[in-house]
Order: sequence, then structure tokens, then C-alpha cells
Amino acid sequence: MTAFILRRLAQSVIVMLTVALVAFALFRFVGDPIASMVGQETTLAERAEIRAALGLDDPFLVQFWNFIARAVTGDFGISYRLQQPVMELILSRLPATLELALVSGILAFVFGVGFGVYTALRRGGWASSTIMTVSLIGVSLPTFLIGVLLIWVFAVELQWLPSFGRGETVYVGDWWRTGLLTESGRASLILPAITLGLYQMTLIMRLVRAEMLEVLRTDYIKFARARGLSNRAVNFGHALKNTLVPVITITGLQMGSIIAFSIITETVFQWPGVGALFINSVRFVDVPVMAAYLMLIALVFVVINLIVDLLYYAVDPRLRVDRANARH
Amino acid sequence: MATPLLSVRDLIVEFPTRRGTLRALDRVSFDIAEGEVLGMVGESGAGKSLTGAAIIGLLEPPGRIASGEIWLRGERIDNLPREKMRRIRGRRIGMVFQDPLTSLNPLYTVAEQLIETIRTHMDVSEKEARKRAVALLDRVGIPAAARRIDDYPHHFSGGMRQRVVIALALAAEPELVIADEPTTALDVSVQAQIIDVLKEICAERGASVLLITHDMGVIAETADRVAVLYAGRLAEIGPVRDVIQNAEHPYTAGLMGSIPTLTQTAERLTQIPGAMPRLNAIPQGCAFNPRCPKVFDRCYRDQPNLIARADGRQVSCWLYDAQVKEVSHG
Ligand SMILES: Nc1ncnc2c1ncn2[C@@H]1O[C@H](COP(=O)(O)OP(=O)(O)OP(=O)(O)O)[C@@H](O)[C@H]1O
Ligand code: SF4
Ligand SMILES: [Mg+2]
Repeated sequence: MTAFILRRLAQSVIVMLTVALVAFALFRFVGDPIASMVGQETTLAERAEIRAALGLDDPFLVQFWNFIARAVTGDFGISYRLQQPVMELILSRLPATLELALVSGILAFVFGVGFGVYTALRRGGWASSTIMTVSLIGVSLPTFLIGVLLIWVFAVELQWLPSFGRGETVYVGDWWRTGLLTESGRASLILPAITLGLYQMTLIMRLVRAEMLEVLRTDYIKFARARGLSNRAVNFGHALKNTLVPVITITGLQMGSIIAFSIITETVFQWPGVGALFINSVRFVDVPVMAAYLMLIALVFVVINLIVDLLYYAVDPRLRVDRANARH
Repeated sequence: MATPLLSVRDLIVEFPTRRGTLRALDRVSFDIAEGEVLGMVGESGAGKSLTGAAIIGLLEPPGRIASGEIWLRGERIDNLPREKMRRIRGRRIGMVFQDPLTSLNPLYTVAEQLIETIRTHMDVSEKEARKRAVALLDRVGIPAAARRIDDYPHHFSGGMRQRVVIALALAAEPELVIADEPTTALDVSVQAQIIDVLKEICAERGASVLLITHDMGVIAETADRVAVLYAGRLAEIGPVRDVIQNAEHPYTAGLMGSIPTLTQTAERLTQIPGAMPRLNAIPQGCAFNPRCPKVFDRCYRDQPNLIARADGRQVSCWLYDAQVKEVSHG
């Protein structure tokens, strides 16, 4: 167990270092950081001075090391565009993205598993066929189109829900602004959450369905039926649990994608999260923000991966290697 | 004669397909008496597993019982509502499958699976169920059962797992146990032990057994009577000794060619020239006619039915029609 965790941690560190290298390369190769910091009339000598002061003349490895050392403490420098510490900017935007991603993820998981199980058990029924057909549309329509369609129907035509922004937010704790505690905050969350979660929902649903059908054909399900266990016990106690083993992995990994893909949804709904921040930073070549965002997303993926591995380990006893060898 | 424990009458199982209906079992009739072990043999695809599945009510769609009746101790069970049939499964009819490596749910401990089964059928507390489970495991020969019971299936070897499967099948004390090739997937060295355990426990509980196997040796040692299935039809049924030493049906005679003596047990069924017809190409008349050394004109015309012979033997072959006395349908 400990060896397993240590190995996974080591892998995570390697991944983070690789991403850090990419993020660092952004500074060196995308735009000229000096140009973004100084005015037109600064002389070449002055620029060289600033370069030296910023350590930009140091050897590559020294610079990279300094970058990492600062990144670990959360210091990604000052945003070129907004002239604020990057970490502060990101932290102020992060709650919006996390709330959106979390709600989308939960929606995707609950409905994905629910529909997946339903369509697997009621294979051939008209409701199942309808769900399957609609889900095809969910997979094939691009996210922004779904967002725009939802806005058009529910915000413009029906006027039930707001089409942009986060609604009213309140502070919980020192820096976390939540929209979940206000009526308008929750209303504002609905359309973006559906938009962001729909694709993952259909993915999970199709995965659950395929996996469940597979499991229902296995011998241990036949044997469970032959022992007279109730349909409920067979379908949910035995089949679903085995179905969820791979589904947990995929869903967990999808959480990473949800956060990463929130860029599009946040743009469509003008949602004030880190995705929107990133898009704007790209537009203005705001390298510190871009680099920090990259590192953040990588960190999210790595952490989620770790959690998923641990969950997997908890659910599937075959992976617990302590006494793996069959004893007689 | 007392009512048999199980009585299968003119069972027909069909698979509707796009290119017509396939008849996988055709008017199969047999009885199993209280406490009797009936062996069932036949080539791969003869319909042995289907017979078991039909009895326990687990035919997989589109397979279905097209006609016929199945009676369990005088009660008809082939047309029961689903929920009623479910209560019979495990409780009155237990089933042991071929592959112990895949028969157990990998995510639950042996204890969990046993206790769930016991409590599905018996009104006992968790604690009482656990006690029974340990006793069962002990009975099927799992060493240190009280400790091993909380292990997961993958902690057990193949032979041990099949013992667990037997414990599960017998957990609610069924009257009939259907064992579908219970040792085929196992190491040769443990096959005999598993058969012994199964036979012993069923004997001490008075449970009847339908033992499906390829292994004539196992039949010879274990079964009271044997039924020979060919292309979904019964060729012959009779006491094991009679059928092995003096097969009446030409197909059975061919099979037994490989077992000259009862002591030579591990022999498998030999290949008779030719192959069993596929379901969509069963010839008219007797299904065995393309391969039969004794075929005559009537065999191409009419399908033979089981004909009662002396000593409770039955054979479905026109050679024995002289003393015409048909059994089973009417
Ligand atoms: N879903 C299906 N559709 C069509 N035919 C089927 C289907 N399932 C089984 N069959 C046919 O039913 C016949 C009997 O199958 P069964 O599994 O009972 O054979 P078996 O005697 O148990 O053989 P084995 O020794 O290989 O286990 C086979 O010919 C098989 O092709
Ligand atoms: S009925 Fe004819 S073909 Fe069939 S087994 Fe008897 S002799 Fe052979
Ligand atoms: Mg079979």
C-alpha cells in the first residue's frame, strides 16, 4: 500500500515537473516579458538592467529552478495585464470554476449512472431508445452550441433562467465567494452546469450501459440469479457494483476535463472563473497567468488521478496486494 | 411408484431467429427420483446446459420453452410467475456452474456472498447465517473455514473456489442440485475430490443431482442412471451399469466404445465418425441417421420417440420398435 502510494506520488511529481517546464518555456518563448512590462521609451540599457534584475540572464537551469521554487510557494509573479499577483487573481476566480465543475460533475455522474443503468436493464424499451438517441446528440453537438441553444430556449424565449454571470454571491470564509447560497446564484448555475456536464453525462451513461451489459452476461451474475437473489440484489448489489469499478476511474478523470473544458462554458456564459481568466490572458499574452493556469490544471489532473487510484484500490479487493497470491 | 422429485415432460426449447426457429431441445422427457443422481452426457452443443437452464428457469432470451412441462415434486414450475420461480432457485433447486474462477463475484467476500444467499431464502439473523456459512464451508472441505470465510474469491485456488461454489449452491438446502460440468475447468488432480464432496453432501441431505458432464468415468462412479443427449434429443436413458455395458442406442454404443471396463475411468467420449448436426441442419427422421451404422429406411422418414425397454431403460431408436410400447407423450 505505502509502496503503491509512493510510486504514484513520484509519478505525479514527474508529471508536474514536465508541465512546469512547458509553463516555464512560455516565459522564454512567448512574447518578450520585458516588452510587456516597460514603456515604449525605455532604453536598451535600461531593458538589459531589468533583464538582469529579473534573473533573465541566468543559466536556464537556475531560472527553471527559481521558477519552480516560486511556483511551489504559489508565487507566479504579477499579471502583465491586471498588475496584480497572479495567485491572488486565480484564487479569486477559482471558487466560481470549482463550484461550476463540481455541480456539473455531480449532475453528470448521477444522471450518467442512472440513465446508463436504466438503458442497460430496459434494453429495447422505447424510453431507453429515446435516451440513447438524445445522448447521441449530446455527444455530437459542440459545447458552445449547446450553451447557446440553452440560453436561447431558457433565457431568451422562456426567460426562466439568467443567461450570464454568477448571480449574487456571498463570502464563506475569507476568500471563497459562493453562488450556491443565494437564489440567483443557484439559478445562474443551472444552464452553465448542464452545458458543461452534458457531454460527460452522455459519456458516463454510455460507459455505464456498455459495462453493465457486459457484467450482466458474466457467470457470477448468472450464478447470483441461480441462487435466487432478488432482481434488485442482482442488478444493484452485484452488477452495478462491478460496473462502477471502471466507471469511477473514468468519471474521476472526467472531473479534470470538466475543469479544463470549463473554458468554453465560462466564455459562453460569461462565468467569472479561471477559464475565462485564462482566455483573456491568452488574448493579451499575459504569460504569468497562462503559466499559472497550466500548472493549476495539471495539478488538478494529478490530484484527481491520485484520488481515483486510491478509490479504485478501495473498491476492488483484487488490487490489494497484501495477500494477493491464492492460498490453498 | 412415488412421484419423482423432478419430472421433465416433452420439453421443447426454441430459439427464434431471423432465418427460422431453431429447436435446441426436442421433446426431452426424464425423471429424477428422490436422492437419485442422474448423469447427463452428450457432445458439445447437444443441449445439456440448456436442459439445466430450462429447469431452473434461467433460459436466456430469445431462448424459450416452446412447449412441455417441468414438475418439481408434483408442482408444475415451468410456467410459474417470475417471482415465484425466483424463490425456488437456490432454495429448492441449486446450481453449480462450470467455471469456479468466474462464478464468484470478485468484489464480495465469501462470507458476504454466502450470508446473502442464506438470508435471501431463510429467515435467520446475520449472526446465525454466518454460523451456518462457516459450517457449510467447513463441510465442503475448506480448511480453517472460520478464518478463510472473510477472504475474497481471488484468495482461493480453483479447486477451493469450486468448493465455495458448491457451498453457495447448497446454502439454502435445495432438494435438487444441477451441476453443469462442475469439474471441467479444474485441474485433473482435484476433479475427483470435488465430485466426491458434491456427491457426499447431496447424499447426506437426500438431495437429488442432475450431473452434466463429458466424463463417462465420472458418470460411471457417481450417477445412478444416465441420460444420453444427441442434437437436443434424448437417445437413451437407463441405469449407468446397463447403459455402459450394454448400450442399446447405436450412438451410445459408439460412445461407450471408448470405455471397455468400468475401472478405466478418466476416458472421455470418443469421436464417432462424422459430427453432430447443427441445429439448422438436423436431418429429417432420426437425428443420428447420417452417422448411424445400423440406419435403415424408416430412420430417414420418421423421428423415433423414447421406447420403454426392460428394467426401466428407455431408448429412442427404430431398431427397438418391434416391441412397440411408446412412453412419454400422448
Ligand atoms: N442464443 C442462442 N441462439 C441460438 N442457438 C443457441 C443459443 N444458445 C444456445 N444455442 C444452441 O443450443 C444448443 C445447445 O447448447 P448447450 O449450451 O445446451 O450445449 P451443451 O450440451 O451444454 O454443450 P457444451 O458441452 O459445449 O456445454 C447448441 O447447439 C447451441 O448452438
Ligand atoms: S433410429 Fe435408425 S438412425 Fe436412428 S439410431 Fe436407430 S437405427 Fe440409427
Ligand atoms: Mg454446456
